[in-house]
Amino acid sequence: MENVNIKINGIPLSVPKNYTILEAARENGFEIPTLCYLKDINAIGACRICVVEVKGARSLVAACVYPVNEGMEVVTNSPAVLKARRLTLELILSTHDKKCLSCVRSGSCELQKLCKEYGVEDENFFEGVNERVEIDMSAPHMYRDNNKCILCRRCVAACEKLQSVSVIGPIERGFKTHIGSPFEVELDATSCVSCGQCIVACPTGALSEKDDTDKVWAALADPTKHVVVQTAPSIRVTLGEAFGMPVGSNVKGKMVAALRRLGFDKVFDTDFSADLTIMEEANEFLERVKNGGTLPMITSCSPGWVKFCEFNYPEMIDNLSTCKSPQQMFGAVIKTYYAEKNNIDPKDIVSVSIMPCTAKKFEVGRDHQDAAGVADVDIALTTRELARMIERAGIMFTQLPDEEFDNPLGESTGAGVIFGATGGVMEAALRTAVEKLTGEELKALDFTEVRGTAGIKEATYNVAGMDVNVAVASGLANARALLEDVKAGRKNYHFIEIMACPGGCVNGGGQPTQPASVRNFVDLRAERAKAIYEEDKNLPVRKSHENPMIKKIYDEYFGEPGSHKAHHVLHTQYVDRKNG
Amino acid sequence: MAKASSTLPFGGTPEQEAQLKQYIEEHKGQGGALMPVLQKAQEIYGYLPIEVQQMVSDGLGVSMSEIYGVVTFYSQFSLAPKGKYKISVCLGTACYVKGSGDVFNRLSERLGITNGECTPDGRFSLEACRCIGACGLAPVLTVNDDVYGRLVVDDVDDILAKYAE
Ligand code: SF4
Ligand code: SF4
Ligand code: SF4
Ligand code: FES
Ligand code: FES
Repeated sequence: MENVNIKINGIPLSVPKNYTILEAARENGFEIPTLCYLKDINAIGACRICVVEVKGARSLVAACVYPVNEGMEVVTNSPAVLKARRLTLELILSTHDKKCLSCVRSGSCELQKLCKEYGVEDENFFEGVNERVEIDMSAPHMYRDNNKCILCRRCVAACEKLQSVSVIGPIERGFKTHIGSPFEVELDATSCVSCGQCIVACPTGALSEKDDTDKVWAALADPTKHVVVQTAPSIRVTLGEAFGMPVGSNVKGKMVAALRRLGFDKVFDTDFSADLTIMEEANEFLERVKNGGTLPMITSCSPGWVKFCEFNYPEMIDNLSTCKSPQQMFGAVIKTYYAEKNNIDPKDIVSVSIMPCTAKKFEVGRDHQDAAGVADVDIALTTRELARMIERAGIMFTQLPDEEFDNPLGESTGAGVIFGATGGVMEAALRTAVEKLTGEELKALDFTEVRGTAGIKEATYNVAGMDVNVAVASGLANARALLEDVKAGRKNYHFIEIMACPGGCVNGGGQPTQPASVRNFVDLRAERAKAIYEEDKNLPVRKSHENPMIKKIYDEYFGEPGSHKAHHVLHTQYVDRKNG
Repeated sequence: MAKASSTLPFGGTPEQEAQLKQYIEEHKGQGGALMPVLQKAQEIYGYLPIEVQQMVSDGLGVSMSEIYGVVTFYSQFSLAPKGKYKISVCLGTACYVKGSGDVFNRLSERLGITNGECTPDGRFSLEACRCIGACGLAPVLTVNDDVYGRLVVDDVDDILAKYAE
């Protein structure tokens, strides 16, 4: 890329020609605040908080969309710039429901931070229209409080551009402008897939998960309840961010220690049931290949994706693996096998999960997720809610020692842990399926073709004389593109992995929020995934079927993968949500 | 506050649908087709209920969220049909100070509808409008082409009675 010469705050610089002022400044040590801008999906130049002075320009320009050009001289922090930014903030505040003290985002709110930085002294400087509207509490996974919405449209962009779901948009104009769904229906009445990508895109407290921590506090305080917790593969590589640690820190040991100190009776690892998923899914795949079952088979561990399929591609429901997700398999095992072994009534068990995902809150309430006649999982918390509990309990997270998961269900493999990143389920399944098909030990365990942050990845592996075509998509817009190719016959695959969130669970809608000032310049998907693959590399066992506890549970309980009992406990059904 | 939607059952005919579909076919794929298509749809149906917006969405491959956003952004688009008798109450300054607000409220109360809505039987629609240039007669309302001036709240029932048939 050709470079151009510019000056920022008097400092001569040479920067790539395709940069915006924002990018050029950031790379050279000057941060320009942003509110509406989100890299790749929302460059609308609407909020004007990023204004800077450009020599010769008649007015201040929006740095997030303004390209650099030869000889340009920019000032990012002149008195006029600072005054304009403060004015913008005061105007936003004039209609804002300023309730920082009770706001879920207080401390992580981008608006709040900017008000402090720009010295907004009187938050009521302008008297705006302050008509308050009802909070939309309809959906099981999140709420929308438009009284705290600053109309940046980052949520709209996430829903449309990342997910191709498009159930929210700006409505009306002027002071009446607000974000909502067509014909003002509540979110729960739309084809929202519960992914939560809008929440992690939102700079303020307008969007948040439904907080279920009170239910967990109550269970923990109830001596008659046996409270068991499982943590999804990706939580260990993101939870640290909520306590100020760098993106990509693996805090597995501290996470386990914190959960134990919160008072959970058992702290288990969803990685175990990821291994279990692989056993069932690999078996299901081989059966389908052998018996002419519906292909391509598509993974079913991402409840946002499953709901998307049910709404938009009901004709492909038979392609979905019937395997429950790892969260649900874990819950089912706890309330059947584990309850029997330990002689506990399943009704006295409270099964809690810590998930990277808001759709998991929807999933726990689905039909056919109750192997023991009671819900497999009772409460699904996001990473953010767990962080909130740890904070409230006064547990000094960063100073915790490293502890180990409880056994027996804390045992897992590298195959289980990589479920947390896009391509991980495919790779884990291949590690098992290839060995089963060839009957020989698999030496090269790294299927690097399906790793990485690309939205769609494909590969062909020759296994025991058969060419197996696989594809991996993350982000539902990518999934849609892939499925259109499949439907039109342009592509032929045997096995497809789909995760609803771009980059997979590591970038899930329940993960700690990162402000745009981080999101725009750090690839969260890649940094968090790195920590996942690092853990896989260092684990002694990296194939699901070699997990000793997996062998044991089949010996003692399920018999074979796909057995009648396995079907009853570990598999589920789907519904056509399009045609009712 | 939302633009008022219609509670009337949708009464579109196959001819109207064919006409809209043909127009969509001709304009599909061109950049910025949404505005002209919505204008055409409003011309054909007189308003843009959910059924019509869904046809446009399916035809153009544009999300309902985007369409609804556009329809509510521009005041030229209407979500509710006009009644057989379209009542407009002037809320311009002169009329307002002489009490047209109260006249509007009485109408709204009697008809059971608010601004931009149409009665379930399709007879009356009600809207507030800006100065219609008859300030000398303030407060003023119109029913289709008939103008009523120097109103008091109690005139409302008599006026409605005239259009009872
Ligand atoms: S959204 Fe931000 S500014 Fe608004 S109340 Fe919450 S913390 Fe305060
Ligand atoms: S949860 Fe996902 S699908 Fe639902 S509105 Fe948010 S981004 Fe869209
Ligand atoms: S809800 Fe949040 S992300 Fe969406 S427009 Fe409002 S402030 Fe922006
Ligand atoms: S206009 Fe640049 S961040 Fe909003
Ligand atoms: S203000 Fe009503 S006619 Fe002018």
